[in-house]
Amino acid sequence: MVTTSSVSAADLKGSGATFPYSVYQAWIGAYHKATGTEIDYIGKGSSAGIKDAEARTVDFAGSDAPLNPNKLAKDKLYQFPGVVGAITMSYNMPNTPKLRLSRAAISGIALGEIKYWDNKTITAANHGVKLPHEKITFVHRADGSGTTFNFTYYLSKISNKWKETYGAKKALNWPGDHHVGGKGNTGVAALIKQTPYSIGYVDYADAKNNNLQMAVVQNKVGEFIAPELKAFQAAAAKASLDPRKDFYAVIADPKGKGAYPIVAATFILLPKEKADMDKKVTAFYDWSFKNGQSLASDLGYVPLPDALTNKIRKYWAEKGIN
Amino acid sequence: MEKIFKNLSLISATFVLVLLVSIFISLFNSAKPSIDEYGLGFVTESAWDKEVPIENSVSSLANDAKPIKKEVKASSDEDDILAAYEDEDEPLTKTVFGGWIPIVGTLLSTLIAMVFALPIAMGIAVFLAEIAPKNLSYVVGIAIELLAAIPSIIFGMWGLFYFAPIIQKVVGGYQVSLLTAGLVLGVMILPFMAAITRDSMRTTPDVLKESAYALGATKFEVIKDVIFPYSKKGIIGSIILALGRALGETMAVAFLIGSVFMMPKKLSDPTISIPVAMANNFGEATGLTLSSLFYLAFLLFIISFVVISVAKFYFLRKAD
Repeated sequence: MVTTSSVSAADLKGSGATFPYSVYQAWIGAYHKATGTEIDYIGKGSSAGIKDAEARTVDFAGSDAPLNPNKLAKDKLYQFPGVVGAITMSYNMPNTPKLRLSRAAISGIALGEIKYWDNKTITAANHGVKLPHEKITFVHRADGSGTTFNFTYYLSKISNKWKETYGAKKALNWPGDHHVGGKGNTGVAALIKQTPYSIGYVDYADAKNNNLQMAVVQNKVGEFIAPELKAFQAAAAKASLDPRKDFYAVIADPKGKGAYPIVAATFILLPKEKADMDKKVTAFYDWSFKNGQSLASDLGYVPLPDALTNKIRKYWAEKGIN
Repeated sequence: MEKIFKNLSLISATFVLVLLVSIFISLFNSAKPSIDEYGLGFVTESAWDKEVPIENSVSSLANDAKPIKKEVKASSDEDDILAAYEDEDEPLTKTVFGGWIPIVGTLLSTLIAMVFALPIAMGIAVFLAEIAPKNLSYVVGIAIELLAAIPSIIFGMWGLFYFAPIIQKVVGGYQVSLLTAGLVLGVMILPFMAAITRDSMRTTPDVLKESAYALGATKFEVIKDVIFPYSKKGIIGSIILALGRALGETMAVAFLIGSVFMMPKKLSDPTISIPVAMANNFGEATGLTLSSLFYLAFLLFIISFVVISVAKFYFLRKAD
């Protein structure tokens, strides 16, 4: 016996970013229960999502890298943030429950300039902690990913050398000779878990699920901030996401006290000409912003602050798609 | 009826040929921009996705590690970074792609797999065909064939979670490395070699074996001097099949080889292979990056073709 709902095609089709996949999936499930609307979101990666949106093969697309207003105008797309997530510096060091990483330490490790754990740049921020003279193994994503884009974007903000040499990219050939690539979040988390003296960037949800040790990192105003939900929320509240620029901004490294620096917003793209479809999509996100906040924080994502969701609703109203 | 049958089989045979040629052509076409840009130097160039100033020639740049200064505008730095990300026609620099590291990674991981798997596969085959009692041979035979049916992702996950830590404990170095990938690849191709070799050994006529025994040959001598020479063709065939599988394996190797564009100095260093480079980067690639990935695919096609034809024409002829 097949029920009618499972054979009928989905009411809405989306594709794109994998970074928010688990929270979108949870929202879609809850929304289906509440309203009966079927939504199908396929996590193909941000670039594939953008291509699908341009080709109009989906009703909405997810992208971790925002498109600039010119590009949006050219492709006739609307854009708004869907959810905010955080990236952790997860590490594996026996007998070191708390590790503090300064901005210089993070960029030095990524650039391959800091090779040992007892390097002065790292020990300077860790008084009273004995760090071993062991080689650092830096673990990164081997496949192209929005997480890598957001992390390298953050590196570009804290290090001029990184910005001039590498910039923000979804996939890159990492510098230095002390690193290995893991396939997918699973691969990166497994490698960190199994390799003593390793460190890598992992999104908060995966780091939490795998019980990885997470470093306390220095933010723009110099405070050392632990990766916790309230610090992510503080960061999201400080983020300057401007509806006049179609929210075109990456929110990494916000100014302000108590804000965790490595945060990233992920975006939704909508085709301008399909106003009726767009209304269904915005209805889903409107419902999720209202009712899905605890689902999001359970999964390690950051519920968007009310000030921002109000701005998003106004943006929809202005475009006539609310 | 005869005619229809003849034509049908002719069509099937031509179909494969047409398919092969069209894959070759479409790979070449997609690789064309990269071939035009880098030429044959691509094969020996070890830089991948390396930005270099446009004035210099490609070959002198492999060692040039200086960061490239870009014009940094005074405007808000956020827009600057995003603009650099979106601007694909960077006028001051160009990006160099080269296939040397993945080519070496592919060949070395395949070599490790073959060196590891070949003696074991032969041992299994001899045991199953000649030494094991019928019941045991049957059970082990089924186990070997089941091993061949396990999807490669399972080998990848098993290798990553259980095998890689052991390798590191024994040899040191990194968990994911050329050695880890090669050994797991060896386990994956074992069943093909063992099963086909066993089957071809079993085709040795009993009359031959019995006459050898009658002349006073020991079991070892019968295996060495009668069965092996008789089933040589089948054995070489099994090696060719295994070789083809090892050269193209993607999923398991992607989890185990480390996926970094670095030349391994030791067996326990991470590196990358051609299929892994393609699988990891295909999703986000555009322009010259995409075309260079197709160039890699094109090279793998040629490498497989050369390796398999050498095996087929040289060794099979020798076996006659």
